[in-house]
Amino acid sequence: MKHFWRWLGALLIAIVVLAPIIPQIIWSFAFRWFFPSLLPSHWSMDSWQYVFSTSSRVGEGLINSLIIAVIVSILSILVGLPAARALALYEFRGKSAVEWLLMVPILVPGIVAVMGIHIMFIRYRLTDTFLGVALVHLIPTIPYMVLVMASVFANYGTDLEDMARTLGAGPIRVFWHVTLPGILPGLVVATMFTFLISWSQYVTTLLIGGGRIITLPLVLFPFISGSNQATAAAISLVFVAPAVIALIFTSRQLGRESAVMGGFGRL
Amino acid sequence: MTTVTLQNLTRRFGDVTAVDNLNLEVESGELVAFLGPSGCGKTTTLRMITGLLVPTSGDVQFNGKSVLTVPTEKRGAVMVFQKHLLFPTMNVAQNVGFGLRMQRINKKEIDARVSEMLELVRLPGFENRRAHELSGGQQQRIALARALVVRPKVLLLDEPLANLDANLRLEMRELIRTIQRELGITSIFVTHDQEEAVMLADRVALMFNGRLQQYDVPQAFYDRPNTAAIARFFRNSNFLPGTKRGAVVETPLGPLQIDPGRTAQPDGPVLLTVRPEDVHIHPSGTGNLVHAPVRSSVYMGTYTQILLDMAGETWHAHGPADLCVNSGDLLPVQLPEGRIWLLPAIG
Repeated sequence: MKHFWRWLGALLIAIVVLAPIIPQIIWSFAFRWFFPSLLPSHWSMDSWQYVFSTSSRVGEGLINSLIIAVIVSILSILVGLPAARALALYEFRGKSAVEWLLMVPILVPGIVAVMGIHIMFIRYRLTDTFLGVALVHLIPTIPYMVLVMASVFANYGTDLEDMARTLGAGPIRVFWHVTLPGILPGLVVATMFTFLISWSQYVTTLLIGGGRIITLPLVLFPFISGSNQATAAAISLVFVAPAVIALIFTSRQLGRESAVMGGFGRL
Repeated sequence: MTTVTLQNLTRRFGDVTAVDNLNLEVESGELVAFLGPSGCGKTTTLRMITGLLVPTSGDVQFNGKSVLTVPTEKRGAVMVFQKHLLFPTMNVAQNVGFGLRMQRINKKEIDARVSEMLELVRLPGFENRRAHELSGGQQQRIALARALVVRPKVLLLDEPLANLDANLRLEMRELIRTIQRELGITSIFVTHDQEEAVMLADRVALMFNGRLQQYDVPQAFYDRPNTAAIARFFRNSNFLPGTKRGAVVETPLGPLQIDPGRTAQPDGPVLLTVRPEDVHIHPSGTGNLVHAPVRSSVYMGTYTQILLDMAGETWHAHGPADLCVNSGDLLPVQLPEGRIWLLPAIG
C-alpha cells in the first residue's frame, strides 16, 4: 500500500512536470493546428529541420550556452564553496553584512545591476566576451550556491574532519576523502541550480554579450514573441532538455538530502 | 612509548579562560582521566594536545619535546569522540583502515591489521558492514579500533561512553582498560563521571573552571582530597569546622582525636571531614564517640542513608540496611581517628 502511494505521488509529479511539455512536442511537429482541433490537421518536420540548420543558430546557441553554463558552474563552486563554509562554520566580523549582500542579487532586478556593470565591463573590455557573460551570470548564481552549500556545511559540521585529521590526514586529503564525499549530494544539486540559472539568463547575456555571444535563450526569445509557434516549440524543447535531464539525474538527492533544501528557507 | 607534558597550558576564548595555567605529566603507558563538570576545560585541553586547537600560551610536549609546531595530522595523537564519527561513505574496513591509508601503507598490510584490530575489539568479520547497520556500542568499538590501528603515540578519549546505556558502558570500560593495558598506549580519558574516572584511570586529574584541582591516584580523592570542593565532587559533604591542636581537633561536638601522621595541616582552624561510609553508627569502640540527632533516613537497598545533625551541620552516614531509626532519635556515632581527614578552613 505504501508502495502504491509512492508511485502515485511520483506519477503526479511526472504529470505536473511533463504535461506542459506535451503540447510543445505536438506543436513542434505541427504544420497547421487551429482551434478547436485536438490535434494538428497537417504535420511537418519543418521546424526541426530549421532547428538543426546552421542558419537558425540553435546549434551555436546550444554550444555557447553549454560553455558558459559550465564556466559559471565551475566559478560558482570555486567562489561559493569557501564562502559557504565560512558562513556556515565560522564567526567573523561583518558576517551578517555578507549574508545580506548575498541576498541582494535575488532582491534587486538583474537588469538594474547589469546596467551599472555594463559600463564597468566596457572599461575592462569584458563586454562581448565569454568571460564577461560568465562573470555576469555569477551574480544570480552565487547566492544559490552559497546559501545551499552553507546549509549543507552547517549540517555536516567539522567533527568528521577533525577525526580524519587526528588520524593523519592533511587538509587536502581531509577535503578529498572526507569533506567532498560528505557534501557531494548537496554540491550536485547546488551545481544543477547554478547551471540552470546560467542556462536561462537572457537580459544579462544580451547586454554583456552585446549580441555577439549568442546563447540558446537569445535564439529562442524572438520566436516566442513572433508568430512561428512551431519553431518556438521546437527550440524550447531543446532549451528545456537539460533541465529535465538534470532533474531526473538529481531527483534522488533532492528527495533525500533535506539539508540541501535547507538553504532555501532563507530565500 | 610517549610521555605527555603540559606546561603552563592556557587557552582563552575572548574574556573566558577555558584552561588556566595547566601543568601535568602523563607517564608513558599510563591512563589518565581528566575529570570535571561540563565546561571545566577538559575537552579544550584534549583538543590542544591533538593540535586541533592552538593554546593561548604554554606548551604541549611529547617525550619532552614541544609538539606545538607539529600539525595535527603528524602529531600522532588520535582522538575518539563522544559521537562515533564513523565516515558514512565508507564501510567498517575502510573506516578502520583510514589512518593506515593516510600513511600510504600497502593494501595487504592494511587488511591484515584491520582484521587483527577488529578481533581485538571483539567484532571480527565486520569488515563489510556499514556504520548505520551497527548498534551504538559496536559503532564506538569500531571508532576505537580505527584509532588504535594507527598505533598512536597518545590515545585521547573524549567521553566515548557518554552516549551508551549503563550496562554497555561498564562492558566498554572493561574493554578499553584491557586493550589499553595490553597495548600500553599512553591514554587520556575525558569524563564528567567520577565513578568512571576511578574505575578506569591510573591517575585522575580533577579540573574545575579550567584549573587543575588535584592530580593523583583515584584513592587519594576519597582518602585525602585537597579541598572541600574536591571532597564534595566525590560525594562527601560531611564537614565540621574545628581548631587543630596537635593530635586533637576542638570541634563544636567536643575534642576529637586524630592521627597526626595523616595530616599536613598546621595547628589552627581546619575543616574536619569523614566520608559517609566511614561514619560508624552504633559503634563498639569508645574513641571519638558523639551523639547526633537523626534528621532523616532513606533505605537505599544495600545500606540506609542517614542524615545526621552534627552541631548544625548536615552529615551523611551509611548505616546497615536493616537499621531502624526515626527522625529525632539520638544516635551514637563514632568518627574513627584513622578516617578523619583535615581540610584547610574555608575563608
